[in-house]
Amino acid sequence: MPRVLLIEDDEAVREGLSLALTYQGHTVDAVRTGEEGLELLMSVAPDVVVLDLMLPGVDGFEVCRRIRASGDLPIIMLTARNDDIDVVAGLEAGADDYVAKPAQARVLEARIRAVLRRSSAAAPEVVAERYGDLTIDREGLVVTRLGRPVSLAPTELRLLLELSSSPGRVMSRQQLLESVWDQGYLGDSRLVDACVQRLRSKIEDDPAAPLYIQTVRGFGYRFGPL
Amino acid sequence: MTLRLRLLLAFAFLSIVTAAAVSGAGYVRARDAIVQRAQDNAVIETTSRVEQLYPLPARPLDHAALERIAGKVSGREGSAVAEYQGVSAGSMPSSVITTELRGLVSSGRVGWQRVEYNGGVWLVVGTQMRITGGGTSGIEVYVLRPFTSEIEVVHELALNAWLIGGAGLVLALIMAFVAARGVLRPVRDLRMAAFRLGQGDLAARVPVRGRDELAAVATTFNTTASSLEHHVGELQRMEADARRFVADVSHELRTPLAAMTAVTDVLDAETASLPGVAGQAARLVNRETLNLTRLVNDLIEVTRFDSGTAALALDDVDVAEVVARTLKMRGFEVTASLPDGVRARLDPRRLDVIVANLVGNALRHGAPPVTVTLYVEGSSLVIMVADSGPGLPDKVLPHVFARFYKADSARGRSEGSGLGLAIAWENARLHGGTLTAANRPGGGALFTLKLPLGGER
Repeated sequence: MPRVLLIEDDEAVREGLSLALTYQGHTVDAVRTGEEGLELLMSVAPDVVVLDLMLPGVDGFEVCRRIRASGDLPIIMLTARNDDIDVVAGLEAGADDYVAKPAQARVLEARIRAVLRRSSAAAPEVVAERYGDLTIDREGLVVTRLGRPVSLAPTELRLLLELSSSPGRVMSRQQLLESVWDQGYLGDSRLVDACVQRLRSKIEDDPAAPLYIQTVRGFGYRFGPL
Repeated sequence: MTLRLRLLLAFAFLSIVTAAAVSGAGYVRARDAIVQRAQDNAVIETTSRVEQLYPLPARPLDHAALERIAGKVSGREGSAVAEYQGVSAGSMPSSVITTELRGLVSSGRVGWQRVEYNGGVWLVVGTQMRITGGGTSGIEVYVLRPFTSEIEVVHELALNAWLIGGAGLVLALIMAFVAARGVLRPVRDLRMAAFRLGQGDLAARVPVRGRDELAAVATTFNTTASSLEHHVGELQRMEADARRFVADVSHELRTPLAAMTAVTDVLDAETASLPGVAGQAARLVNRETLNLTRLVNDLIEVTRFDSGTAALALDDVDVAEVVARTLKMRGFEVTASLPDGVRARLDPRRLDVIVANLVGNALRHGAPPVTVTLYVEGSSLVIMVADSGPGLPDKVLPHVFARFYKADSARGRSEGSGLGLAIAWENARLHGGTLTAANRPGGGALFTLKLPLGGER
């Protein structure tokens, strides 16, 4: 079972979420502040971070940016209910997904499972696919650009794999939310847009004029054509 | 008639009357004086010339004698004629002498008359010559003298009178204009300020000039506007306070609820093993925790609409697909007509909230079958949700989207948060669309949602 690092300043919420996640079999490390969380990150090596955005001291956005800068650890942020500005800012800071409080533990659990899910879109071919400067190894889950590996967060990688699995085909945001974020129900399309932005900044020469991940106005996104 | 025009006309009328009175009277007096004097001079001169001829030569007078008399009295500029018993002599044509003048002269008096002759104005003076020692001689002498220069002077006078009168009129109109501006500017200021006040600009005031009646009106206006601004400000402050209070309460409730909600699943799983009453109690707490969460979430949603922080997360979607998902996920049993290919740019989760609230409401308060119909009308998509119940009572219809409005006060609160339709309405508005309620002719309530397709972006 995955190990969860929970950073939440309110004691009751922290205790409630720890209780529920532990009950479902997770190992939970719960801390109060961003500083403690960043410190603990080194020693316990969690599989996923659940991060409250409203934190004393170093706030959630900053914690998110620092975690993202140092690796591909999946991040789920806890936001105030429908707080749109927070959601957008959190996604820009690099969060993979978000859960609005108050939330039942099973909702958070489902999101954790979704970000940790291994790519199901893996094709049987073993050979790495080449697209221009980009190489995608579906087996080894490695993406290289000009021969150098690109560091991608889990959702970014899954989004790239999903889109590149059928180059030239347009996928709607809701389709991508279902296949990449595992959201069987209507999801927040901003998750897709924010993830596309982050992905473009890592694999495109010019993110403003994308080559690999193209926007199809009125429909969604498409990989290529190159 | 505008106030300006009325003022101008009044000033013009006044100036015309004054000018006519002053210039007209002056002109008439001056004209009469000039003419009178000129005539008097001519008469005196003529009679004195005539008198110089006395004593008259002995009778009978022949033509040559008359000719001599006429020559003596004619003077340099004039001409004269002398008549005696039907004989006339002289350089002046007798035709200019009117019978009227002749009558006057033959009665023994000195007569004069202005006549038109030869394209000018002339004065004819006539008299009878007397015999020394009284009595008339029977000789009538007429002298024709040019009178044009005097008439010219009179004409000049008339022209002057007209000019002065005209100038006075123009001056009066200018002054009327200035006066009208002076009066009308404060009136216009007042009108503009009143208009702005009516448009909701409560800071509208008018400048107060001077201490006249208009200034008093302006002062009263300003005082009224100030007090209105104060009261409206007070009301707005109170309303903002109330809204902020609701928002604060909702946010304060959220944190403990977040802790409670987090453990509802644990409790759910464990209630089965709890004995009797404890299990029932735990289930009750669980259920109501989730209900409370829903209510607080709805409250927070409403406060976001009020504070303007609600935002759209737009996506390009197939509307039929979104609606179908909403119906399927919630297990709603309805008759749906959802044509493919209606693509729109909207917030699918907010559309979901709207449709779920409308259909949920129709199923709860109306009666099956409930129908959901989607179609495109112009640049909008329309979703109609109709039920087959009794419809909405007339007194409910205007309030159906009001917050916490309960059609039946005896109705329990288990029917939802009481905010569902209000939130649906706000969501429609956030999209730039509309949501309306009505009753179908055949019975049953009909909710119509209209959202812009918004593809051009």
